[in-house]
Amino acid sequence: MHATPAPARPGDVYFFGTCLLDLFLPEAGLDAMTLLEREGVRVHFPQAQSCCGQPAFTSGQPGEAREVARSQLGLFDQPWPIVVPSGSCGGMIKHHWPTLFAGDADEARACAVAGRVVEFADFLLNVLRIELRDQGKPTKVAVHTSCSARREMNTHVHGWALVDQLAQVERVVHDHESECCGFGGVFSLRHPDISGAMVSDKSAALQDSGAVEFVTADGGCLLNINGKLAHDGKAFRGKHLASFLLERTGGKA
Amino acid sequence: MSTHPITVHPARSFKANSHDAVNDPHLRKSFRGAMDFLMAKRAAQFPDHNELEALRSLGETVRQRCLAKLPQLLEKLEAQLTANGVKVHWAETPEEANAIIHGLIAARNGKLAVKGKSMVSEETELNHYLEAHGVQAVESDMGEYIVQLAGEKPSHIIMPAIHKTKAQIATLFHDNIPAAPYTEDVDELIQLGRNALRGMYLKADVGISGVNFAVAETGTLCLVENEGNGRMCTTVPDMHIAITGIEKVVEKLSDVIPLYSILPRSATGQAITTYFNMISRPRQPGEKDGPREVHLVLLDNGRSQAYADEQLRKTLQCIRCGACMNHCPVYSRIGGHAYGTVYPGPIGKIISPHMLGLNDTQDLPTASSLCGACGEVCPVRIPIPEMLMRLREEAARDPEEKVPHPLAGQGAAYSPQLARVWSLWRTVYSRPALYRAFSWLATRLRVFTPRRQLGWTVHRTPLTPAKQSLHELVRQRQSSR
Repeated sequence: MHATPAPARPGDVYFFGTCLLDLFLPEAGLDAMTLLEREGVRVHFPQAQSCCGQPAFTSGQPGEAREVARSQLGLFDQPWPIVVPSGSCGGMIKHHWPTLFAGDADEARACAVAGRVVEFADFLLNVLRIELRDQGKPTKVAVHTSCSARREMNTHVHGWALVDQLAQVERVVHDHESECCGFGGVFSLRHPDISGAMVSDKSAALQDSGAVEFVTADGGCLLNINGKLAHDGKAFRGKHLASFLLERTGGKA
Repeated sequence: MSTHPITVHPARSFKANSHDAVNDPHLRKSFRGAMDFLMAKRAAQFPDHNELEALRSLGETVRQRCLAKLPQLLEKLEAQLTANGVKVHWAETPEEANAIIHGLIAARNGKLAVKGKSMVSEETELNHYLEAHGVQAVESDMGEYIVQLAGEKPSHIIMPAIHKTKAQIATLFHDNIPAAPYTEDVDELIQLGRNALRGMYLKADVGISGVNFAVAETGTLCLVENEGNGRMCTTVPDMHIAITGIEKVVEKLSDVIPLYSILPRSATGQAITTYFNMISRPRQPGEKDGPREVHLVLLDNGRSQAYADEQLRKTLQCIRCGACMNHCPVYSRIGGHAYGTVYPGPIGKIISPHMLGLNDTQDLPTASSLCGACGEVCPVRIPIPEMLMRLREEAARDPEEKVPHPLAGQGAAYSPQLARVWSLWRTVYSRPALYRAFSWLATRLRVFTPRRQLGWTVHRTPLTPAKQSLHELVRQRQSSR
């Protein structure tokens, strides 16, 4: 656990949208970019970006992961922070690229990129020192944090702090809040019974928490839990933290 | 050497086992409750986060130093124990260990062995072997005794009968212990068990135990326990045979202190165990009790394979506290039996492949969301998620590929088709033009997205691409400004 130091407020940032948001939740990515721009930051989205390599990395295919990661190394030439709207993808780059490239000709480049990665919520809170002005009606939300975001990026604390800035929003704690939702990438495909049991418990805990909806800063968890809720015919849903914050602060119709 | 076959526990049926387990509401509820209880107990032992982290670092350092010197420490241990009058035996396989132990008992014409808790003896299926060779082995740890009466296997490494209800134990005792009344009162049940076991210590020809720490410097076998049965097993019968894995050796007596200080706190949430036994020698002239013969059997059983690889060696840092399973969202949903291996939970997933080979265990390393809860609580900082990923890599590796330290069963999960899928994935995701074409197609053909997507759609609605990718939305936004 470490406190993130407050660096100087940058004028420009790169935005690494992640492959899941790109194809399945693009609105969340756009909302995150809008929030950053509203804070006066110029947001650069390299069009040649695709994925951090995590799906292959966690599937025992580090070679394939490395080649995808390598194709991203040249996209961030300027010394700007790289904002990632997902704790697990951010953690992959920040903490696992250095290992993935250890001894490789591109090790230094990979480490340089890794060193500039900041998770979205962390960036809003600790770099931009955002002050959110809540314009919504009173509501209650639960926060789910992805496990790698929690353990590698300390993101749960950032998510809580941001939601807690909203005057009309009551943040409720759900049962076993720190527990995994059962996503785990390929795990959810290979072990549907166990993953299903985990997401079933997670979605029940979120619904029983008294919250009207839940928020999370990770696309994988969001797709997993919302997919389960929809499968079970429930009306309860979650949304990406970026979309929720933008909505609450009048940035979204 | 005996040819008696060891029944390995093939984990090939892991998926079927876990399917049954998650659909058993009683099992789900009881493991969830038990694990919640143990997590709370552990948390209460470590109120100061910084102190905990310092202790974990110390534990890690001690274990890594001892492992770095393992070959020398094992020689030192043997020399020191021999000088103390303890006979040391080396076993590469479970079969060898069983044959050694049976040979020692047979030499005394022994018929009854009373056992303290030993997971290594579970590895070798010692009870089964002895039974087949005319020696009765009675478990004396209450949990192990229950499991043995039920004809089952431990479902947790430190709480073997955690899957049993009070009612089940009451029935078991009522049916198996002469004149035992049916009672669900825990104190009464424990007393019934104790009374049944008490006479065994006096009758037994041999006591068998595990070892928590084997100290090279002094030739001391340390045994951590709560019930006093370990002390009885190692002092009352005329012969004591200890069995343990080669990784349990520590360099100095002072190394035991940091490890023992974090072990019970991580395991059961106890500040300290009720008993801590230090065994250094057989009964000396003039002493009134203690075994006349003490033996130590050191078992390899795949540990050398883990040891040979610098990264996988960390697996051997384990001090068998079980905290990783207590905190594991997978273990707490399927329980210990579903794994089909002696060691369940996260530690089982990373150690079993060395004992049984990846062919029989390839489903274990993948059965994790890599949430990291195990690594976070491990008192000796084993990076369990990293080990899981590495084992996935070895299972997916081409079986023909030459590597410095090949694992048994390398390539167990290798399939040319799967390799091609990943290669295709890499091609698409590393070439911007291809990725752009792929995401355009995926979004435009979204109505044709398969409704069944492997395991995903068993519990979830299908993943369907959005109408436009983020790349595309960003381009549109820029051009509209």
